[in-house]
Amino acid sequence: MRVRNLQDLEIIKNCHLPDLNVRLGIASADGYQVLCCTGTGCSSSGSKSVIKALNHHIKSQGLQDRVRVYKTGCFGFCKMGPILLVHPGQVFYCLVSEKDTEDLVVQHFKRGQIVERLLYKEPAEHKTHLHMRDIPFFQAQMRIALRNCGLINPEVIGEYIANDGYFALYDVIHNKKPQEVIEIISKSGLRGRGGGGFPTGKKWAFTAQAKDFPKYVVCNADEGDPGAFMDRSILEGDPHSVLEAMAIAGYSIGANQGIIYVRAEYPIAIKRLELAIRQAREMGLLGSRLFDSEFSFDIDLRLGAGAFVCGEETALLKSAMGQRGEPRPRPPFPAVCGFRNKPTLLNNVETYANVPIILRKGWAWYAAMGTETCKGTKVFSIAGKINNTGLIEVPMGTTLRTIIYDIGGGIPGGRAFKAVQTGGPSGGVIPAHLLDTPIDYESLSQAGSMMGSGGLIVMDETDCMVDIAKFYLQFSQDESCGKCTPCRIGTKRMLEIMERITQGKGEMKDLEELEELAGDIKDASLCGLGQTAPNPVLSTLRFFREEYIAHVRDKTCPAGVCRELTDFVVDPAKCISCGICAKACGVGAISGEKKKPFYIDRQKCIKCGACQARCPKEAIFKAAMGGEVTDANKPGDNRTAYPTP
Amino acid sequence: MHLEGDEKEEKFNRLDQVLAVYGRDPEQLIRVLQEAQHIFGYLPEEVQAYISHKMDIPVSAVNGVVTFYALFSTEPKGKYNVNVCLGTACYVQGAQKIYDTFRDQLGLKDSDTTEDMLFTVRSSRCLGACGLAPVITVNEDVHGKLTARDVAELIGRYKKKEAAGEKDEGQELTRPGDYQELSSPGS
Repeated sequence: MRVRNLQDLEIIKNCHLPDLNVRLGIASADGYQVLCCTGTGCSSSGSKSVIKALNHHIKSQGLQDRVRVYKTGCFGFCKMGPILLVHPGQVFYCLVSEKDTEDLVVQHFKRGQIVERLLYKEPAEHKTHLHMRDIPFFQAQMRIALRNCGLINPEVIGEYIANDGYFALYDVIHNKKPQEVIEIISKSGLRGRGGGGFPTGKKWAFTAQAKDFPKYVVCNADEGDPGAFMDRSILEGDPHSVLEAMAIAGYSIGANQGIIYVRAEYPIAIKRLELAIRQAREMGLLGSRLFDSEFSFDIDLRLGAGAFVCGEETALLKSAMGQRGEPRPRPPFPAVCGFRNKPTLLNNVETYANVPIILRKGWAWYAAMGTETCKGTKVFSIAGKINNTGLIEVPMGTTLRTIIYDIGGGIPGGRAFKAVQTGGPSGGVIPAHLLDTPIDYESLSQAGSMMGSGGLIVMDETDCMVDIAKFYLQFSQDESCGKCTPCRIGTKRMLEIMERITQGKGEMKDLEELEELAGDIKDASLCGLGQTAPNPVLSTLRFFREEYIAHVRDKTCPAGVCRELTDFVVDPAKCISCGICAKACGVGAISGEKKKPFYIDRQKCIKCGACQARCPKEAIFKAAMGGEVTDANKPGDNRTAYPTP
Repeated sequence: MHLEGDEKEEKFNRLDQVLAVYGRDPEQLIRVLQEAQHIFGYLPEEVQAYISHKMDIPVSAVNGVVTFYALFSTEPKGKYNVNVCLGTACYVQGAQKIYDTFRDQLGLKDSDTTEDMLFTVRSSRCLGACGLAPVITVNEDVHGKLTARDVAELIGRYKKKEAAGEKDEGQELTRPGDYQELSSPGS
């Protein structure tokens, strides 16, 4: 049906509301609703076959009238996927596999008994949690941008409407002037979630003031930051909130056309967006004369083709026009001269996802959350050496300690926390003594890092900070578009120095040269990619200078990572004297006899790693060159203790 | 191009269909190239020249776009495309080693593709599945939480699949060719 007015929208809402109320715990129900995550994480762990098997068993038990299975977006707890949430009761089943489904159907849905073994267990305290709300991972969170992820089926527009979707768009078109909408966004204090943190309201106002026509609304969904997947999860779990927000933005600035620039590497997100756009068009929520008003708005997709620089706004716009994604100097800013050289409003996915709810609940509600300068919440993806990898949303100003220890569950293997990397290749590392920093845009940049799009990569004592800096530099160098010399050649020279250092050929004057080059590249590069490319090096030099000195002066890698500066060592406690390593060694560096641990001759070893790859007991590991073999530098077994911070 | 008459004609026919939808709009060049790569497997000079002619864009500009983006390849690829994620989360969990092991075990040195055109091994920057790090994709299959030890078994699994003459599975995800009908071209 075509939605023409508020009554039509209410009718659709009421169709799906009973189902939604059960999930929200407002209503009880006779049968069961099973929500299964179909985001990228859970899909890769096999949630599709779980759904198939569930439906099969439900049918064979004759329960198809009482149990319904729904596909949803990401719950955020990617590590425990595939995840099933059963309503009523909000029962949280995790790590569900195909063969568990028969038990689930028979025991839970037929007999009404909980399947204990599939519930979430806290690793340290062996505590089992029945409900999602009791799990520590979810407790400190506040889900606003992610409000619909894991709650609604992203492939059914009616479920989005049932949770008050498109009501803000109706209200805006019929009851508010464009200027009023921009004022609400300004007063809410929302800032760009792509990383820059520019006040969103101001950006909207600039574009609204531009005199040229037509104007465009563009969504940056080119999430190129390694380690960040919040935009992907929003697009996969709640595509309509982005569409609704873009239409609202279009109304506010006087645009009739939207473009979503999305990475080709995100096939599920693309599929869901295509479907969402089609459904919205069929209902008249996109297209001409929305809600029978004078306002028309439509959205098209443009696919990126794997270039990190296309996350930069001027490069993105070039790429969206089918050209090489090279940035250009600003001004003129896109608000004046953007897509097709016309005024263009460009915001990130997460920024848009906040817009409809701000308009529904009012700016004061939103501005009440967060810190003095940064309002609202921020979505972070936590990954790396952390127990609970996944996607979280917390109020601005939450400390890193809360995120890493309370929500993230600490560092696996009982190892020590070393640093957390934020802001991707444009950011830096934050060491342990700054763990109590409340995070917002300002405090992170004070710590020499930045918010970026919100990827947090946790590192422990087995990560080498020099190697990490080199990794990011390699990334920036690979991804430099080559248009400006400081970025193209400067990062290359920096990388050469870093390679020398990690190979044990560095000199102390290299450190000064790195800093000097970094300054020049920051000052002289054309776009954000080049201006921030030296940050990982500068930030590791600032907090982990002693590690650089160990590489340069002592020719050793304390973390045991850099190949040329480490030795392969046999752990005598694990070695079973099978002799496979000695056979694998091409240079005859390994010797030993039965019943005694084998031994690697450090002089003969060429560090090819063949022995480590073959060892059936994982008894061979890398250690700092010339250093002692201690328990601390042995590779982790799978202990999952929660160290007290 | 190592294509014979009929197969070649069929592929160019498919490309013509794509060009009929998007070909008039130079803004859709990247989309056309993605579809073309989907049809031919890569973008040989002949195909680039054809697109240049049909879309009335200088061939230098078409080639400029092809060489700019990581997704485009001017070399033929193997049947199984192994893509090792080297994003930060995967890197700190040992993805570099997995990448090296793949190349070692398949005997790849200067080239990305094995001589029998079965495997191509490349790396990419963040697939956005950091919770499963380290992650690789083989065509559309995603494999997560890998170690270097799993590499040999994975290679074996695909070789076996090939020997058994099975059709490649895992086509559930969208590929560029699948969504053209969903979206109206241009704006």
